[in-house]
Amino acid sequence: MKYLDEFGNPVLAKRLVEQIHAATTRPWAMMEVCGGQTHSIIRHGIDQLLPDGVEMIHGPGCPVCVTPLEIIDKALAIAAEPGVIFCSFGDMLRVPGSGQDLFGVKSAGGDVRVVYSPLDALKIARENPDRQVVFFGIGFETTAPANAMTVYQAKRLGVTNFSLLVSHVLVPPAIAAIMESPACRVQAFLAAGHVCSVMGIREYPPLAARYGVPIVVTGFEPLDILEGIRRTVVQLEAGRHDVENAYPRAVRDEGNPAAMAMLQDVFEVTDRTWRGIGMIPGSGWRLSSRYREFDAERRFAVTGIQTNESPLCRSGEVLQGLIKPHECAAFGKQCTPRNPLGATMVSAEGACAAYYAYRRLDLVQLS
Amino acid sequence: MIDFDNWSCPVPLRDTPQVVMGHGGGGAMSGELVEHLFLPAYGSAVSPADSAVVPLLGGRIALTTDSYVVKPMVFPGGSIGDLAVNGTINDLAMSGATPRYLTIAFILQEGTPLATVGRIAHAVGAAAAAAGVSVVTGDTKVVDNGSGDGVYLNTAGVGVVPDGVEIGPARAAAGDVLIISGDIGVHGVAVMSVRAGMEFETTVKSDSAPLHGLVAAMLATGADVHTLRDPTRGGVAASLNEIARTAKVGIAVDEPSLPIPEPVADACSLLGLDPLQVANEGKLLAFVPPGDADAVLAAMRAHPFGGGARVIGRCVAEHPGMVVARTALGGTRIVNMPIGEQLPRIC
Repeated sequence: MKYLDEFGNPVLAKRLVEQIHAATTRPWAMMEVCGGQTHSIIRHGIDQLLPDGVEMIHGPGCPVCVTPLEIIDKALAIAAEPGVIFCSFGDMLRVPGSGQDLFGVKSAGGDVRVVYSPLDALKIARENPDRQVVFFGIGFETTAPANAMTVYQAKRLGVTNFSLLVSHVLVPPAIAAIMESPACRVQAFLAAGHVCSVMGIREYPPLAARYGVPIVVTGFEPLDILEGIRRTVVQLEAGRHDVENAYPRAVRDEGNPAAMAMLQDVFEVTDRTWRGIGMIPGSGWRLSSRYREFDAERRFAVTGIQTNESPLCRSGEVLQGLIKPHECAAFGKQCTPRNPLGATMVSAEGACAAYYAYRRLDLVQLS
Repeated sequence: MIDFDNWSCPVPLRDTPQVVMGHGGGGAMSGELVEHLFLPAYGSAVSPADSAVVPLLGGRIALTTDSYVVKPMVFPGGSIGDLAVNGTINDLAMSGATPRYLTIAFILQEGTPLATVGRIAHAVGAAAAAAGVSVVTGDTKVVDNGSGDGVYLNTAGVGVVPDGVEIGPARAAAGDVLIISGDIGVHGVAVMSVRAGMEFETTVKSDSAPLHGLVAAMLATGADVHTLRDPTRGGVAASLNEIARTAKVGIAVDEPSLPIPEPVADACSLLGLDPLQVANEGKLLAFVPPGDADAVLAAMRAHPFGGGARVIGRCVAEHPGMVVARTALGGTRIVNMPIGEQLPRIC
């Protein structure tokens, strides 16, 4: 992976920063959609290198952060059922539900396992035919193909003790929802490169046209992000609002047709609640009728969920880019990565966690 | 030398090649395990009595205890056995002590193959012999199947601190140069690469090694070494944060100068981990006054376990209690204390 180092080359980065400064004549506010980009921006201090008026607004693209509380509570209830093996990506384990988190379920005797691929969960199901194995299938379009493939394989192999707790979310409806918000300050988007490597870029020109915003498909390494910002600034200064692909080494215009065909077979579009934001119409995927039998929500009749968000947490406003994490009164006080009140403080890709991890010092000095 | 990869247990077991509850019962089976498995592995210094009786050591004594629960028990470059010995030695060495005596206790899960126990005991003996330290006493307990997980080890270590040596976390002071003895993140990546559900191919092997010889070489320069720390669990990030808090100093790390081998960087990038938070088992961090830094660096580089030594930062008067890294792009970021377990991220 030597090539990744090349996309962090300080000399080339300096040149891009100079070009951004030269191109900028007035303040601009742009949103990076993906939490991976937020993490990279804060981790490398990229926002510190930008001209004073160029502001990065951190978007809702952290799948851990926006998974609705009700689904987390369902996951906790299912994981606590006797005989269940509950498999999840690691960073979901510390996400607070209304009461506890998956670590709490595990310490109380629940069989909660971290896996690195949903196919590993399917393997566990085949090795434990007398147990019910559930995989927590969350994320954006990026993680969906692997989940779709796993359900497809489960059906093909006749694995009846496997199910998926699904809470997939989709980027384009979220962009529309952000632009429709009366408080919206976003003038341009860095679109999430890896989402586009699956879905292509054809969903974006209508959004750019309807809302008059440039959308630049952007990668995750420092040079990728700086190039995305540079192209966005150039468009904004010129009054253009086009869709550009600044991440061609991973993204083709048409996306990945094989993955998209699999997604279309296994999933169907549904309304989805985003934690901290609310319901966005048509912004999620659930299992299609052909695969409904693998839906963990149907297999486990979890009822009586009473969700209970912390009254102090303002993660919804953070996720919509309305406030910066440190502008929340609970930031770094009642709410820390050790004791998160909201999901944005949990995942490394959550804006609050990124600010806490890398920026506490500046914020302390500023205040 | 016995070929321990093809080794079969010498215990004259009548019924089973696995650990059974009787091995911890204190009767004949326990005795057989000690006589035929542990004693041959450890050598002659082990006391047959309830306690080891050793000569008084001159000067100040360093005393440490540690427990080992690593999973899997055998990993590329080592096993729980050499890890326990080297880890205990290193805890002593970080006080500047010369390690002298070790104790070791095995907590065995019923059903563990005796060949595995034998391999681990041999690794304990071989590591102790290589480091010039005697295992003087030990203990064995067996727990029910399901109550443990293979083999757990607990150790104690005793060492002597030479006169004039004052090494501790509180002595790190603004102006001190921060040195690392070599590549970071190696042990953690080696173990993760063979962990169930996570297997990935890598060339990385654990760096498990005893560091008291390296420390002796550093002290032999006459340098006033302020602080030493072996950055094990929690990695360099945890060690530096602990020292910054204890000494009430700021620590500034120069990120581009961190020695992160490519396979470690690759594995961390794939798993979403920070190499600064990944465990090491054969590396040390040293805080030395600027005037002593060159001599200490030269002595470290001349030692087999310090060949990759380099300066990675310094202590500063600003931001006391905090570790701050300057990034390759010229920005800054805080290096945090890891919270708990490392959680590989979703995408």
